[in-house]
Amino acid sequence: MIQLISFYIFASIVIASAAMVIFARNPVHSVLWLIVAFFNAAGLMVLIGAEFIAMLLVIVYVGAVAVLFLFVVMMLDIDFAELRAGFVKNVPLGILLAVVLVAELVLGIGAYQAGAVKLGTPGAGVATVSATVPNIEAIGGLLYSKYVFLFETAGLILLVAMVGAIVLTHRRSHGTRGQNISSQVQRRPEDATRNVNQPVGQGIEL
Amino acid sequence: MTSFFQNLGMGYDAAWFTATIAGILLIALPLMLAVAMIIYAERKLWAAFALRRGPNVVGPFGVLQSFADGLKVFLQETIIPSASNRGLFLIAPIITFTVALMAWAVIPFADGVVLANINVGLLYILAISSLGVYGVVIAGWASNSKYPFYSAMRAAAQMISYEVSIGFILICIVLWAGTFNIGGIIEGQRGHVFGFINAYAFNPLLFPIAVMFLISSMAETARAPFDLTEAESELVAGYQTEYSSMAFALFWLGEYANVLLMCALNAILFWGGYLPPVDWAPLYLVPGIIWFFAKILLMFFIFAWVKATVPRYRYDQLMRLGWKVFLPISLFWVFLVSGYLMFTGHFA
Repeated sequence: MIQLISFYIFASIVIASAAMVIFARNPVHSVLWLIVAFFNAAGLMVLIGAEFIAMLLVIVYVGAVAVLFLFVVMMLDIDFAELRAGFVKNVPLGILLAVVLVAELVLGIGAYQAGAVKLGTPGAGVATVSATVPNIEAIGGLLYSKYVFLFETAGLILLVAMVGAIVLTHRRSHGTRGQNISSQVQRRPEDATRNVNQPVGQGIEL
Repeated sequence: MTSFFQNLGMGYDAAWFTATIAGILLIALPLMLAVAMIIYAERKLWAAFALRRGPNVVGPFGVLQSFADGLKVFLQETIIPSASNRGLFLIAPIITFTVALMAWAVIPFADGVVLANINVGLLYILAISSLGVYGVVIAGWASNSKYPFYSAMRAAAQMISYEVSIGFILICIVLWAGTFNIGGIIEGQRGHVFGFINAYAFNPLLFPIAVMFLISSMAETARAPFDLTEAESELVAGYQTEYSSMAFALFWLGEYANVLLMCALNAILFWGGYLPPVDWAPLYLVPGIIWFFAKILLMFFIFAWVKATVPRYRYDQLMRLGWKVFLPISLFWVFLVSGYLMFTGHFA
């Protein structure tokens, strides 16, 4: 009973907030609605017993990706008049996209009702969630044995992407002096100061 | 607790529901009281460090100072800047406050005394604490004012930076304990060092990351010396500049609840949580909750000590520490710990 109620609560909030992402006028509000959608999708994951995926969804998407989204969007200087001016120009493109999406949707539903395409072993179905083996162990067991090459390839691709981003954005700046922490720490009082027993009436040598 | 309510003649669903609500109240209400008292204790500590008297007027030794402050703040007028984004401006402190309370759901106060004993407890804490940044960021943006906005930018970058090294440190602990369950991590520390010391921190291989975790948790909660989000010499009051009355108080409460949570997390991950310091039978006569609170208070004393003595970091130094020092070291430590465990046949 409580599962059913929670499912409908989570699912309706996901859909409503996903709709708000595109209906919200302000881009910052859109990102915040997106976060609400992520969070409730994580709730749905918990409901089907995939608590590890749920936590990852929150940590990765809500905790890191969306923060960076928000970071960028907050800095935008939004001119609403300009946004509305672009509306007429983009309407044909928007309508075209909508038509394509509707056509795909209709095609997809039609193909689904005509019977699924046979792929791989028939009857493999959905993996059942074991109540005794924790999620993490189950996923780890598969990921590091059966799919280890795919997993490592994914890691490699991410590494390449990261290096690429650094290469593209890194500029060696000229004329700035960096801080050398270790030389600062090693500096002793004798290197910079001296005690002088200054006789009265004489100028000081600098 | 569910069985207790079932014995009172409730059905299972109703008993579970009542037990959960009661559990939440049993955690949240004492936590609020603890936050009030901890603010008083911290002010007394700072005063002692600075050779002052600290709060000493309201109640005996000024114990009731926090409640007087709370009442004052409660009676103040709530001012909402006209240029602010009204809805988000009001939601931001609520987010900070709620998130600070939510993470306590998986903290075990004694053996088996936990609201939600879930398998991925540590990940849950990581997930919830990564939400904490939204309160600050939204507050900074919704205030529609320069200094809060700077503060929001700083907060976002700072919390993401230190979450990375915290994640690696947690992986070391999880590797050693073999579980993400917080109760399991505490039990894994029973007699961990020399067979009788109940703490990971006394393990020579884990002590460096215990220190790093303490420093990272200060940065994660934006406490001094990393309190750049509310650096009063640069940003007035940071993201709280435009806030007044209860909204301000919610930020305040949320911040201290977060600090207490980080102290609790330090105590759990490295100092044995509710276990006594050494595995000696007479020490088990003292209830686990007392050991746990003693460890939290000790960690809190260290937090207050650091805040009272260490000067504030500059922002580029903070970033350097996070990305160029802590990230490589904690990454290396993951290799070191997993290599050691592999070599000694821990995973066999």
